[in-house]
Amino acid sequence: MNDIAGTKPALRWVVHASVLLLVVLWVFPTLGLLISSFRTADQIATSGWWRSLFPSEQNLTLRSAAPETQVLENGLYVIEGNLFDAGVTAKISQWGVSSRAIDAFKPGETAELRRGGEITVDADGNYRMENTEEFSGSRGARVFVTAELPPEFTLGNYHKVLLAEDSTDSMGKAFFNTLTVTIPATIIPILVAAFAAYALAWMDFPGRALLIAAVVGLLVVPLQLALIPLLKLHLSIGIPKGYLGVWLAHTGFGMPLAIYLLRNYMAGLPRDLIENARVDGATEFQIFTKLILPLSFPALASFAIFQFLWTWNDLLVAKVFLIDATGQTTVMTNRIVELLGTRGGNWEILATAAFVSIAVPLVVFFAMQKYLVRGLLAGSVK
Amino acid sequence: MHPAFQGLLTIAIGVSGCVGYFYLSNQVLDKVLFPARGPNAGRNINRANMIRPWLFLLPALLALGLYLAYPVFETLRLSLTDRIPGGGYKWVGLDNYRQMAAEPKFWEAMRNNMLWLIVVPAMSTAFGLLVAQLTDRIRWGNVAKALIFMPMAISFVGASVIWKLVYDTRPAEQDQIGILNALYIFFGGNDPQTWLTIPFWNSFFLMIVLVWIQTGFAMVILSAALRGIPEETIEAAVLDGANPFQIFFRIKVPQIKTTILVVWTTITITVLKVFDIVFAMTNGQWETQVLANYMFDKLFRANDWGVGSASAMVIMLLVTPILIWNVRNARKEMQ
Repeated sequence: MNDIAGTKPALRWVVHASVLLLVVLWVFPTLGLLISSFRTADQIATSGWWRSLFPSEQNLTLRSAAPETQVLENGLYVIEGNLFDAGVTAKISQWGVSSRAIDAFKPGETAELRRGGEITVDADGNYRMENTEEFSGSRGARVFVTAELPPEFTLGNYHKVLLAEDSTDSMGKAFFNTLTVTIPATIIPILVAAFAAYALAWMDFPGRALLIAAVVGLLVVPLQLALIPLLKLHLSIGIPKGYLGVWLAHTGFGMPLAIYLLRNYMAGLPRDLIENARVDGATEFQIFTKLILPLSFPALASFAIFQFLWTWNDLLVAKVFLIDATGQTTVMTNRIVELLGTRGGNWEILATAAFVSIAVPLVVFFAMQKYLVRGLLAGSVK
Repeated sequence: MHPAFQGLLTIAIGVSGCVGYFYLSNQVLDKVLFPARGPNAGRNINRANMIRPWLFLLPALLALGLYLAYPVFETLRLSLTDRIPGGGYKWVGLDNYRQMAAEPKFWEAMRNNMLWLIVVPAMSTAFGLLVAQLTDRIRWGNVAKALIFMPMAISFVGASVIWKLVYDTRPAEQDQIGILNALYIFFGGNDPQTWLTIPFWNSFFLMIVLVWIQTGFAMVILSAALRGIPEETIEAAVLDGANPFQIFFRIKVPQIKTTILVVWTTITITVLKVFDIVFAMTNGQWETQVLANYMFDKLFRANDWGVGSASAMVIMLLVTPILIWNVRNARKEMQ
């Protein structure tokens, strides 16, 4: 294979370039949101996120230190310092002392101050104010600068979104609600489906083929059909909107894929193994728990990831079976949709909230990609 | 009770309940009902083994029957009835379907859904195949594949936010913060466009989101299929002097035709169910309605269960050919 491309270096470069282009296209949108979540509301609203990666030229209004810091040096009153906050490295290209002429001076030049005295500002923001008389007043002198600032990012959005308790923007509660929905809804179907899958793979009984066909059929039934009938059913047997309802619903909806994946995998286990165990007098229950379950770990992991991603990312099932009028049981996807509606312009909140909800699946995805791929390959009907 | 605690309790009850049920029911079967001893030992073992599969299957069958099979029939029934205010239902025949067919919103949803059904599976499969083929030959192919696969892990809602930022519009005199408008202006466009409100084309901007998500899926499956192609067929083609494009289209693609079909149908099903993207990005405004969102509107906003169920049945009807095809394939494979 390699030699085909290898014989034509030009083609090889085209391949590399087009893959790179596709990767960039695919990553760019997510990257944009990720970077935006580390920018302040002002930054997001005034410049594209792609600019934030490079130093940007900005007009700033800064203030020197207050007159109380002045010292007497050889008969001159002097205030020295740096205009920028500690840790900021910026490069000033022009500056001024009046709002009408903010570009009057170059770095290193000296300007007369209106209230008396003069000021020299260097490119790195260091300044020196000198006066023959004492500086008066309580505030420092205003300095207008045009400076090139390095990229600046903040964790403030995450702080606000995750920790602000009183704020309506808080995702902390929704995060835990989502977790509460997800974990039981992932674990319980696995066990139920594993037993059924074993029966369908290794036990002989009339109607087996029909049942397998039924599972394959149910695999594609849109869950939209189930919403109203199940809501009615739940209400009639006394399950109100809430966690129990959503756990049951996810268990039911995940069942066909679980049985299908696990059965396919179990059916591929070596026949000798199971028959030897039977000959040795192991009961079916023992064979299942001691032999099949440990051997099926890859398939169990595949399904667990699918179900986890699906329940974590779900909106529809949560909206129908979980979220009641009190709003106490909202999940993250629902919060984000609400934020889209009410705060469509507040990108700093929206981007951060979205990333909080995306982060967990992404970690699971990159950590367990092997199992996810394996599950996909086994799950698509060959 | 704190929900987290409730969750832990549910896991404990659920797991121990499952294990307990399977263990105890097997015990009852073997020790009480049909003990494998005494004069009828042989017959008892046989009987126990006839019943055992159903013990293993029972909880799963209950879940499948109650949560997926029963609702199909119940939805069919609901689509033929109307709720009487104050309780009860009355049979109305096909009235709900007629009422639905008279609504322009429904036909808008149908038209859009058809567009989605053509564009999304086609583009996802094409991109997936392209990436699978290109990354097959290069050393950093796995990294590239992981990055293109990544959107699979992102929720439809999260993806909607991501793409809303891409499509964002600012007034003409300001800097554009949406990259699409920034590029549009950069390449000489005059006024920034509000992409999601341009009828007809806005549906395509929504479809891009789903293509972006589904390409990774197509890529993974097709990549595995491409690797499964016997080397000899390709070597033979090389010896015969075929160029890379001929090898790809004449040798490789025909050999993975069934896999392409599987990918296509799987994405088709996802498309039919797609709800979150439209719900989060436009909510069906500006002529972007699709069936799943139309149904949600009817069921939970208009509270019209009759028409809502009727539209759900339309989705079911569209899925049915794929359902039959899948079942037939599965049966063929088992024989």
